[in-house]
Amino acid sequence: MKNNVYIYILVMAVVTYLIRLLPLTLIRKEIKNNTIRSFLYYVPYVTLAVMTFPAILYATSSIWSALGGFIIAIVLAYRGKSLFKVSLSACLVVFLVELLIC
Amino acid sequence: MRNNISYWKKGFRDGIPIALGYIAVSFTFGIVAKNAGLSVFQAVLMSAVNVTSAGQFAGLGLIAASASYLEVAFTQLIINLRYCLMSCSLSQKISNDTSFIHRIFIASGVTDEIFGVSVSTEGKLNPFYSYGVISIAVPGWVLGTFLGVVSGNILPERVLSALSVALYGMFIAIIVPPAKQNKIIAGIIMLSMLLSLAFAKFPLLEQISSGFRIIILTVVIAGAAAVLFPIKEDTNEK
Repeated sequence: MKNNVYIYILVMAVVTYLIRLLPLTLIRKEIKNNTIRSFLYYVPYVTLAVMTFPAILYATSSIWSALGGFIIAIVLAYRGKSLFKVSLSACLVVFLVELLIC
Repeated sequence: MRNNISYWKKGFRDGIPIALGYIAVSFTFGIVAKNAGLSVFQAVLMSAVNVTSAGQFAGLGLIAASASYLEVAFTQLIINLRYCLMSCSLSQKISNDTSFIHRIFIASGVTDEIFGVSVSTEGKLNPFYSYGVISIAVPGWVLGTFLGVVSGNILPERVLSALSVALYGMFIAIIVPPAKQNKIIAGIIMLSMLLSLAFAKFPLLEQISSGFRIIILTVVIAGAAAVLFPIKEDTNEK
């Protein structure tokens, strides 16, 4: 390592923070254009769905435990359980399935 | 004032699963950071000021390869560009008169997960809700890093594996309930997952990094949905 680690960290932090900060400070008014509003309304659903699947299947030690966690999360979320319950139940299922098969 | 405290508490509660998931991920980051030659302080500092998993992992790789600062800056820009989309979305979720100071602090917490819970709150986003989430999630991220560096085997493999789905479980808890009431959202979610799978599996497409995959699919799918199914004027308030 020839370069300074602290400068690396600083560069990373500044770039990453500016990406987060600029839209939030520059867009200060409510956007009136309905197409843009619709686009921004749909953004979270697409982003979160793309990030979840198929990545969840490869997050654990076994694809089967992950699949179990995935299914239980969908079922519980569909039934309107809280974020906390859905998330922890998925973890619990992964843990139990791995106890059984590994 | 009283109201702000209750928003803060609610955020804190929603932040607990995020913190748990973060510990699992940043624990691994800590181990990798140690192997890349970072000290405990350096690894913890990097986590505290960046709070971005993919970006930090990539950063480690670049540091280990003695990359130039410009390369590091450019890589972070590409990998984390999705935060820009999220910030744009959040700018419409907070009320118009939100002060500059609040915007600065909200921006510090724009991560996939904190964005996910913030954008799913009812009505306009109260900054104190974000602060509640940040005040538990970010320490979780930093703590996991610390534990990962100082002791690679403090958490059993099984527990780590189980905690790795916490964040995905949370994403599902956020997107499924609205999909139940809105067929368009349900369709968009399924299409997004299918195309994401295709991008992960098909030759050529699989070479696109996951950061870019998220940006491309978000722009294309949300863009098409906006043109085909524009929202009605009043639905954006929800």
